[in-house]
Amino acid sequence: MITIDEKLCKGCNICIELCPRQVYEESKTIDSKGVLIPIPKYLEECRKCELCTLLCPDQAISVDEEDES
Amino acid sequence: MDKTHESRFMKYLRKDRLPHIFCAGCGNGIVINTFFNGMELAEIDLSDIVMVSGIGCSSRIPGYVKCDSLHTTHGRPISFATGIKIAKSDLNVVVFTGDGDAAAIGGNHLIHGARRNIDLTVICINNSIYGMTGGQISPTSPKGSYGSTAPYGAMEKPFDLSELVSAAGATYVARWTTAHPLQLSMSIKDALNNKGFSFIEVISQCPTYFGRKNQMRSSIEMMKWMKSVSIVKKKADKMDEKKLEGKIIVGEFVNKEEPELSDEIYKLIKEEWDEKPSSELKSAYMED
Repeated sequence: MITIDEKLCKGCNICIELCPRQVYEESKTIDSKGVLIPIPKYLEECRKCELCTLLCPDQAISVDEEDES
Repeated sequence: MDKTHESRFMKYLRKDRLPHIFCAGCGNGIVINTFFNGMELAEIDLSDIVMVSGIGCSSRIPGYVKCDSLHTTHGRPISFATGIKIAKSDLNVVVFTGDGDAAAIGGNHLIHGARRNIDLTVICINNSIYGMTGGQISPTSPKGSYGSTAPYGAMEKPFDLSELVSAAGATYVARWTTAHPLQLSMSIKDALNNKGFSFIEVISQCPTYFGRKNQMRSSIEMMKWMKSVSIVKKKADKMDEKKLEGKIIVGEFVNKEEPELSDEIYKLIKEEWDEKPSSELKSAYMED
């Protein structure tokens, strides 16, 4: 499961572009801070390499170890 | 099972200070992550680490980390770190510095730190521009790049920091970009374990100034550019200079063992004043 902290995300979109399996998708709606927060849409593609947690400059992404229920 | 749904590096950060002031897509955040990753790989506790920084965007990093830290004057973090290391040699002293801090105003401190081979880990975040003050050209800006003080392109040749520090006598030197987070983590691990002056140059993106002035407006564009122009050291050694123009040479430059300064000082104290020098020589003003 992937969680994005909306308080921390600044919408740089590094996760969307650099995820090797294109798990993330750009959001269409702007939130209250004016940020387009990415959506982890294709979770079944995720192999939990955690490259996104390493590359997120704002420490907003967490990839949890447990399998989806 | 982790139910907090926080980034795995959040336990090392001062949560009340977040979100940090870095621009969206700034490379400094990636360096924070890779440092913690390297620290975990090196199996070093955060309580054994002291972070020292100078002035600049990159030097704000220690303020967000839950460890003892020192925010010092412009260009002088290595001098302050030398003092900490000699006073308490069991601590791991890490210096976060930028290219304007380490190469411009603190250039002398950098080369003399390397010459002394004192056990510090210096992480220099090189974004090739003065980001905090408005995009002026720095000593590491590539020739021909634009900045607010170089509207016709920079005319000067940039510093090659890794080669400079290698020549000055550091025992571990590596260069990576923020587009190589795993390799950078491994280098940080090796640098923390290395007994001696360790220098890691991280080529980072500044989308706000460097990117905007050089037709790379987003951090993604900059990271893709950095990845496309970087060449591993082993491959670059076989190429001639003309082909390497405009390329970033990444990899490990130096990894060797040499006598370390604080060790030598403690050894001398032990030889001259016998046992337990640290408790007896606590104060410089001690009467004898």
